[in-house]
Amino acid sequence: MKVTAQPTADTLTLLLDGELDASSAIVLDTELAKPDILDYRKVLIDCTKLSYISSAGLGVFISHLQRFQDANVKLVFFNMQEKVFNVFEILGLDALMTIVPSATEAEAA
Amino acid sequence: MKSALRIACSRRHLQQVRDFVRNHLSSRQLPEVTVNQVVLAVDEVVANFIIHANGEDETQFLDLKLDLNDHDINVEIADNSNTVYLPGQHQSPDLSEYIRQGRKGGMGMTLVTRLMDRVEFFTRGNHTVCHLSKHIL
Repeated sequence: MKVTAQPTADTLTLLLDGELDASSAIVLDTELAKPDILDYRKVLIDCTKLSYISSAGLGVFISHLQRFQDANVKLVFFNMQEKVFNVFEILGLDALMTIVPSATEAEAA
Repeated sequence: MKSALRIACSRRHLQQVRDFVRNHLSSRQLPEVTVNQVVLAVDEVVANFIIHANGEDETQFLDLKLDLNDHDINVEIADNSNTVYLPGQHQSPDLSEYIRQGRKGGMGMTLVTRLMDRVEFFTRGNHTVCHLSKHIL
């Protein structure tokens, strides 16, 4: 799992590349736990190259969501592959998180 | 068609487990979502055996067996340690509460029971075994 950060003035985009499991979730957790991430208005998660997610990966997002909400930082997922979206859907997380089809919609969210 | 794999109890081997399941299922033209669901269920159970039953003790090992027939995929995951690990019935997690608490875990077995048609944990001698099945038609 590779996480690439692309910051702009008020938005941080994180590009996830690879498989997010119990072994690799720590990489993403470290990125989301950085204190200065709360300085952004929005954190966009580019899922184009995210080919797999397990409960450990989902747990990383869940564990930071309240912290983001408390700081008025919006977390938005986009370009999610169908098989990955299916995992969010099975748990009902698609109703609790903002998941949009494209980068354009993510920027507008 | 049957396949078998033995791994040491380290989460570094989870990728190998997923590739093993994907390769086994690649002999059939199954939808990508279905393949991913089986891969995920196996990954979750194996991760639980590695982390919770064995505390990532790499001297212990797990044996996986896959059996794909015309209608079903059947998986056996056997823990060769002497630790008995029998997860209980899993209630639907209150995810809003998980978010409020900033909770990281507690969803894996819920996923497994929703992804597969049959999930059984039982003991064989001193060892714990998990059987998973899914209709694939």
